[in-house]
Amino acid sequence: MTSLTPQNAQLDHVDDHDEDHGSEHPDHRMFGLATFLVADAMTFAGFFAAYLTFKAVNPLMPGAIYELELPLPTLNTILLLVSSATFHRAGVNLRKQQNERCRLWLMLTAMLGLAFLASQMVEYFTLPFGLADNLYASTFYALTGFHGLHVTLGTLMILIVWWQCRTPSGRISANNHFPLEAAELYWHFVDGIWVILFVILYLI
Amino acid sequence: MTITAPQKTAPALPPLQPTGWLRYLSFSVDHKVIGLQYLICGFAFYLIGGAMAGAIRTELLSPVSDFMARDVYNQILTLHGTVMIFLWIVPVVNGAFGNYLIPFYVGARDMAYPRLNAVAFWLIPPAGLMLISSYFITGAAQSGWTAYPPLSITTPATGQIIWILSVLLLGGSSIFGGINFIATILKLRRPGLKLMQLPMYCWAMLGTSILVVLSTPVLAGTLIMLSFDIVAHTGFFNPGMGGNVVVYQHLFWFYSHPAVYIMVLPAFGLVSEILPVHCRKPLFGYTTMVYSIMAIVVLGLVVWAHHMFTSGTPPWMRLFFTIATAFIAVPTGIKFFNWLATLWGGRISLNSAVLFSCGFIVNFVLGGITGVALAQVPFDVHVHDTYFVVAHFHYIVYGGSVFVIFASIYHWYPKIIGRMLDEHLGRLHFLLTFIGFNLCFAPQHWLGLNGMPRRVAEYDPQFELVNQISSAGALLMAISTLPFLWNVIASAFYGAIAGDNPWRALTPEWLTSSPPPVENWKGDPPLVTHPYGYGTPGDEIDLNSASGSDLWRSGQ
Ligand code: HEM
Ligand SMILES: [Cu+2]
Repeated sequence: MTSLTPQNAQLDHVDDHDEDHGSEHPDHRMFGLATFLVADAMTFAGFFAAYLTFKAVNPLMPGAIYELELPLPTLNTILLLVSSATFHRAGVNLRKQQNERCRLWLMLTAMLGLAFLASQMVEYFTLPFGLADNLYASTFYALTGFHGLHVTLGTLMILIVWWQCRTPSGRISANNHFPLEAAELYWHFVDGIWVILFVILYLI
Repeated sequence: MTITAPQKTAPALPPLQPTGWLRYLSFSVDHKVIGLQYLICGFAFYLIGGAMAGAIRTELLSPVSDFMARDVYNQILTLHGTVMIFLWIVPVVNGAFGNYLIPFYVGARDMAYPRLNAVAFWLIPPAGLMLISSYFITGAAQSGWTAYPPLSITTPATGQIIWILSVLLLGGSSIFGGINFIATILKLRRPGLKLMQLPMYCWAMLGTSILVVLSTPVLAGTLIMLSFDIVAHTGFFNPGMGGNVVVYQHLFWFYSHPAVYIMVLPAFGLVSEILPVHCRKPLFGYTTMVYSIMAIVVLGLVVWAHHMFTSGTPPWMRLFFTIATAFIAVPTGIKFFNWLATLWGGRISLNSAVLFSCGFIVNFVLGGITGVALAQVPFDVHVHDTYFVVAHFHYIVYGGSVFVIFASIYHWYPKIIGRMLDEHLGRLHFLLTFIGFNLCFAPQHWLGLNGMPRRVAEYDPQFELVNQISSAGALLMAISTLPFLWNVIASAFYGAIAGDNPWRALTPEWLTSSPPPVENWKGDPPLVTHPYGYGTPGDEIDLNSASGSDLWRSGQ
């Protein structure tokens, strides 16, 4: 098979060239992430479409209709919205090379994320219906659960970023703020999805 | 034709990776290696899926189920469809040729995200093996490639769950690939190269990748819901629990109609590369071609319910989706006439690549016509779920996409391997495939029109003879693979040396050695602004400005 590759001399140095990509080309990673988030949004769109169709054409049996309590989800909305702002502050501070402050804001963001998850858990355990009770219940858990998975992932990312920007010369720093920006974009996205979810699931 | 003179900067020497054939088993990030990995892996699955088709056609030789049990038939049928779509056509027309060609076409040294690219490929073999091994371990899924509930909820659960997991992995692979293609085409273009100067395959891949990114995630979400129905006993799609099966169909076809374009748009692009080279004429109607691709992308997203005319769709929905589907025939027709006009008056060299491309044009127009017929509700309610539909989509996926895959292999093999394929074997391959294919699938129109349902192991005895004719065609198709296999293996060792540019083509992948060096060109990437500038004296390659490098050796 080696006869297929007359450039063997060249192949000794096969390109693992994304190490030095950053310096050679402009950075396209944010573009890729944004495209991925479009795809992710389409997954949610599929769930929303299913939910709305079910709601329109599959009436629940009498007695299976619940009024959802609003205080907890409203608190959740506020938690996430505030966390988007704190994340933004973290990014601003990183670019100013104020790593300590950046980490403080990051920690606050992660805490808000965890608080969201905790309060979501509280809601789950106080709801009067379970996953397989009826169509409405299943769709409710599918949507909020899928979103909760995103929040969990985002919180993990924040903690990793928090760990990696300990020192101004660490892996994540003013010179390499892509990981922080990526996590931030993702977090804002998850946040935005929650707002839509809140409106569709709880308000209408 | 302009090719700017390359600057003589040596590329930095990258770190070590396996060499020789071992590369193809490694986590290589070289787009050409990944392209070939896709191609070879896809072809292996094609052979497996083909064997399954052979088993199906053997069973259908007689009206009773004697060759295999009925539930085995269902499993084989499900695996056949899934393997052919998700492990052969989609990975090969997108992943294989896309990875190999797109970086050349945009003048880049690799894809935008080489590592993501390797991850996308390496999701495929485990997913495929998992899918096929489910047959031996627990019994495979039995509900067809569409996995319609409630059938998919009531058939044995383990096989169905494995099927779902494997399709989720393949969908993920496809999404990663799509993101990579979009970024490469939009962001990695060599400076000075405008969008409207790109070879047509780039446009096809851009459109396809947009469809992949918008529609595949919906399939993923749907299958997750389906798996909940199976494992956690939720009732999304279970009418017994107040669920709604039609919602599944809507979500599924929201992906799977675009999926048929994910299988055929790249093939359109490949044909548009092959024809001009061998006809020595510019691609006819470049601009209309670009706009019709984009029109197909947009329309392709709003026609899905034409698969559901018998699912209790309300009249307004039938009307809307019939009209939208009919509209798709317009951009498709534009492309068809553009290919004909490209051939018209050209100096055609009727080699295997062109024969397969012309075979594609013929088959595709037949499949397209039956498609438009199927989109008419009064007709469709009679032939839905009959062999007429089977004939329709095989004319498109096999007669269209698979023919183009073969054409592309004949066209690009000299570039990939550096040696020519044998023309005689190639023509024999074409003849056997074309006859076998039409013998196999043309009679199925008749079967469907006369009421033979699809997806069943047993049928009314009156259909026996026609089914046997169809099976004979399938045998011919199986035989046709032999000269092909012999050709690609033997030619790799004994074929005539191809040289850099045996077809005297103008697109950038030919303006380098065969096979190309690791970073595609030893010098700077050439700027090809007229990839189809054929037909003018001497083919208008400015050899002076292109010389001084390994770009081009004159006197081929
Ligand atoms: C000219 C454009 C096309 C039109 C108008 C069209 C129309 C249709 C319609 C109406 C059906 C549903 C038939 C039924 O189930 O009763 C159908 C089925 C199908 N078409 Fe097409 N089609 C077109 C092109 C394509 C292309 C390009 C592909 C693939 C590359 C394709 C693949 C399929 C497949 C796989 C099915 C069967 C799906 C299943 O039920 O398993 N079609 N087509
Ligand atoms: Cu369709």
